[in-house]
Amino acid sequence: MREEDIVPNTETQVLQYTSREMMAIAAGRFIRNGDVLFAGTGVAMLAACVAKRIHAPKAVVFFETGGIDPALTELPLAVADPRVMDETSMNSGLIESFSIVAHRKLHTIAFLGAAQVDRYGNLNSTCIGDYHKPTVRFSGSGGACDAGSLASAFIVFMQHGRRKFVEQLDYLTTPGWLTGGDSRRAAGFARGGPIAVVSDLGVMKFREDSKEMYLAEYYPGVTIDEILEHTGFQLDASDAVEAIPPNEKELRILRTNVDPQRLILG
Amino acid sequence: MSDASQRCELARISEQYPDICDKLLTPKEAVARYVKNESMIAIGGFTINRNPMALIYEMVRQRVRDLHLVAHSNGQGLDVLVGAGCVRRLEVAYGGNGRFAPTCFRFRKAVERGELLVEDYSNYQMTLRFLAGALSVPFVPTKSGLQTDLVRYEGFSEEMRAAECLPKKKLIVTPNPFGTDGDDVLLLPALTPDVTLLHAQYVGDDGTVRIKGLSFADLEQAKAAGAVIVSCEEIVPRWYLRQDPDQNCLPPFLVDAYVLAPYGAHPTACHYFYDYDPAHLNMYKVMAKDDAQWQRYLDEWVYGVADHEDYLDKVGGSALMRIRADSVLGFAPGLDRR
Repeated sequence: MREEDIVPNTETQVLQYTSREMMAIAAGRFIRNGDVLFAGTGVAMLAACVAKRIHAPKAVVFFETGGIDPALTELPLAVADPRVMDETSMNSGLIESFSIVAHRKLHTIAFLGAAQVDRYGNLNSTCIGDYHKPTVRFSGSGGACDAGSLASAFIVFMQHGRRKFVEQLDYLTTPGWLTGGDSRRAAGFARGGPIAVVSDLGVMKFREDSKEMYLAEYYPGVTIDEILEHTGFQLDASDAVEAIPPNEKELRILRTNVDPQRLILG
Repeated sequence: MSDASQRCELARISEQYPDICDKLLTPKEAVARYVKNESMIAIGGFTINRNPMALIYEMVRQRVRDLHLVAHSNGQGLDVLVGAGCVRRLEVAYGGNGRFAPTCFRFRKAVERGELLVEDYSNYQMTLRFLAGALSVPFVPTKSGLQTDLVRYEGFSEEMRAAECLPKKKLIVTPNPFGTDGDDVLLLPALTPDVTLLHAQYVGDDGTVRIKGLSFADLEQAKAAGAVIVSCEEIVPRWYLRQDPDQNCLPPFLVDAYVLAPYGAHPTACHYFYDYDPAHLNMYKVMAKDDAQWQRYLDEWVYGVADHEDYLDKVGGSALMRIRADSVLGFAPGLDRR
C-alpha cells in the first residue's frame, strides 16, 4: 500500500526511510528495559529487535508458540519459525507462553496486527461481512484475543485507511477498551488494553478517561489532514505533534543488523 | 511397494524393534486403521513447523471425508486437508501461515464459499480445551475473550450440536463461582479428538517419544485423544532417550501407532533435522490461490505420488539439502527465505 513511500526527513542532513522503517522505530520506542514482549512476526518483530539492540537490551522477547528469549540472529517469518527456538532461555509450548502473557508480576506488552481497529482499540482479524457468510475471511484470532485479554498492555500495527480504522468492526476478535470508559474492567479483565496504534502515517494513543483514540504523533512529511482523511471515525488531533524521525543509528541497525535480507522491510 | 514401506515391513518381520513392532505401521496402514470418515482429528505442529505432513498427504490420498478438524494454528496441514475436501467441520483459532500466507488460501476460499462449517476460538482457548480433554474434565475456565464476538457468534448451531453429539454450546459466560459480582469467566468445553496425529524427531525402540524444540500444544492434543499416531524422523535405541529422560515427552503406552517418516513434516520445519522449505511454500502460495492450479498441485504432489518415499524423490535431493538443519543451530542458517 504505502510501503513504497519514501518519507523525507526535514532535518538538514536528509535521511531517507520507508514508512515501514518509521513504524518499526516508532513502535520500538514504547519498549523499556524489563518489559516482556509478546511478539508476532512482521513489523512487530522489527520493533522488538531494534529496541533490544538500541535502548532496551534487557527487554525480553517471547512467542506464543513457547520460545522464550531467543537469540534472534536471523529474523523469524512466523511465530513457529525454528529461529524462535534458537539459544532460548527455554523452549516450551502454548500453555506456558500464555501463562507468561497473563503473569501478574510481569509487565507484558503484546504487539498485534489486525484487519480493522475501532476508536476504542478493539480489533478484528476474523472476517469482513456476515460471520456466517463472510465476503472476506481472515486468519482468525490466533493468540491475538488472548494477548489482548491478558497482557499488561498491547500495541497495534495498522496500515492507515478508512476501511481499516472503522466506526464499527465487522467482528470483534480482540478486546481493546470495549465501549470505552470503565467497560474493560467491568467486563472482567483485571488489566491490559491498547496503549497505542502505530500506523504508516502516525501514532495514535487513548485518552485517560474516555479511552477514545486520539492522534498523538504524525510522521514527518505526513499532514494531520491526511491522517484524518484516512480514518473512518472522528479522530481528535488537538494534541498531535510531529514524530521524531528515525536517526542514523536506528536505521543502520534496522537495515544491516535486524533485517539485512529485507524479508520484512521489503 | 516402495523402499520406505519395505523398510517398515522388514523391521516388523525381522523384529528389529520387537517392543513396538505391532505398532510400527506405514503411513498408509496407520491412516487406514485409525482415521475414519467423520473422525474428529487433531494435528500437531504450528503454521510452518512440524506438521505431520506425510500422514496428512496419506489422508488426502485415501480420500478421507467429512473430518471434524480441531486446530489451534495448524497452518500448512490444515490448508491441505481443507483444500483437498477432507474436512467438513473445523474448530480453529488461526488459519494462517506466517509470511507465506497471512490467511491460508484454501481455508479462506472454503469459508467464503460456505464449503466448511467453522467455529472460531483463540489459540489459548483451543489449547485449554485440549488440556481439559487431557485432564478428563468436561470444561475449563478462562478470562480470555470476554465480551468479544468469539462469545457472540456461534459457527455451529445448537440444533447441529445436538444432532451430532457435540457439546451443547460453544462456550458459556458465567460469574466466577468463587468470586464477587462482575467477575465473569468463560467456560470452554473440553476436546477429546478420536485421533491425534503428530510428527516427532525421535521415537525410542521402546516407543518413548521425544520432541525437540517447541512442543506447541502437541502433548495436550495427544493426551486428549482416543488414539495417537506419531510419525518420526528416527527410531533410536532406547538407552539414548533414557539417559536423558527429562527431554522425553510421551511414554509408549499413550501411542497407538508409530510411522517412520524421515522428512515427514516437509514442507514445514523439523527442528535439528530441516528448516521449512521456502521454495515449496512459495510455489504452494501461487498454486493454492487458483482453483485449477490447486487441483494441479494436488495431482502432482499428493495423488500423483504413491507414498512418502515417492514424494521425497519428487522434492529432490538438492532441495532437501538446502533446507538441511545445522546440527548446532537446529535450522538452516542463511537459507534463502525470500
